[in-house]
Amino acid sequence: MASGPIALSRDTLIHAIGRGTLSAVESVGSLSLFSFRMTRWICNRLPKRSVLLPAMYNVGVLSLPVVMVTGAFIGMVLAVQAYDQFRQIHLESRLGAVINVSLVKELGPVLAATMLAGRVGSRMAAELGTMKVTEQIDALRALGANPIHYLVVPRFLACFLLIPLLTSVTDAVGILGGWFFSTQVLGINSFHYWFHAENFVTIYDVLSGLAKSVLFGASIALISCHRGFHCGAGAEGVGRAATEAFVLSFIAILAIDFFLGIFLNTLYYMIWPASISLL
Amino acid sequence: MLSPPSTNEPAKISLHCVSKGFATQPVLRDISLEVHTGETLVLIGESGCGKSVSMKLMMALLQPSAGEVRWAGRLVRDRTETEVNRERLRFGYLFQGSALFDSLNVYENVAFGLRQNTSLPEEDIRGVVHERLQEVGLSEMVCRRTPAELSGGMKKRVGLARALALTPNVVFYDEPTTGLDPIMSDVINELILQTRSLRPVTSIVVTHDMRTVQKVADRVVMLYPLSQLETNESQIVFEGRPDEAFESDDPRIADFVRGRAGERIQELVIG
Repeated sequence: MASGPIALSRDTLIHAIGRGTLSAVESVGSLSLFSFRMTRWICNRLPKRSVLLPAMYNVGVLSLPVVMVTGAFIGMVLAVQAYDQFRQIHLESRLGAVINVSLVKELGPVLAATMLAGRVGSRMAAELGTMKVTEQIDALRALGANPIHYLVVPRFLACFLLIPLLTSVTDAVGILGGWFFSTQVLGINSFHYWFHAENFVTIYDVLSGLAKSVLFGASIALISCHRGFHCGAGAEGVGRAATEAFVLSFIAILAIDFFLGIFLNTLYYMIWPASISLL
Repeated sequence: MLSPPSTNEPAKISLHCVSKGFATQPVLRDISLEVHTGETLVLIGESGCGKSVSMKLMMALLQPSAGEVRWAGRLVRDRTETEVNRERLRFGYLFQGSALFDSLNVYENVAFGLRQNTSLPEEDIRGVVHERLQEVGLSEMVCRRTPAELSGGMKKRVGLARALALTPNVVFYDEPTTGLDPIMSDVINELILQTRSLRPVTSIVVTHDMRTVQKVADRVVMLYPLSQLETNESQIVFEGRPDEAFESDDPRIADFVRGRAGERIQELVIG
């Protein structure tokens, strides 16, 4: 009929944007509630040692080789990339300073967290997703255990507490890797290398890197466990949950790194305003 | 229809006008059902008709979209979370796929509820675990095995031992014989009967297996898929004794109990 309402196709761009927005809002709300419930459990009752220790072993001990290899290569890559440019301005003895400050402030925390998101986050999402699909989470509730307290709290605490240690290991191995390549392969004098590095890296740089890592660890555990708890049916659902856990954790790491970077810089200049004038 | 037992005691578990759906998919509509103390109620019906969902609603593992769930006459939603969790420990649940915890061995699976909810010393827990395993016909030798090392029938039996560990007074069996060979299915049916004879339990069984219905049921309720019903039709198409189900003239019931496609063969032609 000519006078009838305008017929809209079923799925327009507006529909898709609307669906996407609703889904994003729902996900943020769901993650917030999930985080709130988990925090409440942490405040009320800590998990038993028999549950916490395996989670810590899995997150901490089993991640050590991965973060050590990552740290060593990053330190050496930094040396390779920066050497030519520093040599052109005859500052190759300062290579240690730039490698070490890059590692402790930025690359150490971000790369340790990325490796943790890949190794631990995906595993958590797949493990919890499989438990959901095979009704093991329902079985926990049927046997009087709260799934968030029993499954999420130990994983969260393990990530939250151990990621600063893993980051420290990444930093240390990266610094050694950078030193080894710079002095043994590129022929930089070891004394000058350490002398400049020592004067350039401050305790604030190290602590700001570790502070970032704590938030990275918390976000990886929360996002991964949340994805696992809300995974779809079957093998496809579990696979998707594991992928989403890594991708979302990685985005969260970069976003936190950016905003926390701005915040920590501002804080630094508030504490030591004189350093602005040096720039 | 079968009249409830003549007692003043409120139904052990009751669903009143309960509906439940997932996303845009309705599964149950306006279901009312009562389970009385000591009886064995068997829920039958096609796959996807909402049998397992009904059982999870009774156990308060799911919340209804509409309607009421009562335990011993009291609304579940009026109870605090702690109360629900404590009361739920009186229920044992044998899951469809057994749902044994992969990361724990058989002993730890059966001991889980006891360790989680009691302060019994490990020696007593060991005694209860061995007793329950013995009840389901398993020796102590299986204690160290992981669920991945068990056959389907053994998993079901360990699942049953775990469900019985806290000495529940209501036991839910979700498709206890699905995926098992006929002999193992009969073993599980015998275990359901044995459980009832050993202690005064109320049992709710969800199954497609008519041999289970014949063997264990006091009362049968048949659910029909919502997609096959008109909006004003009840989803409960049969409620009565097992022999009445086998004698029913209703083609929906007769076809199901005899395992005939009947009119549903048309779906193949249309599909």
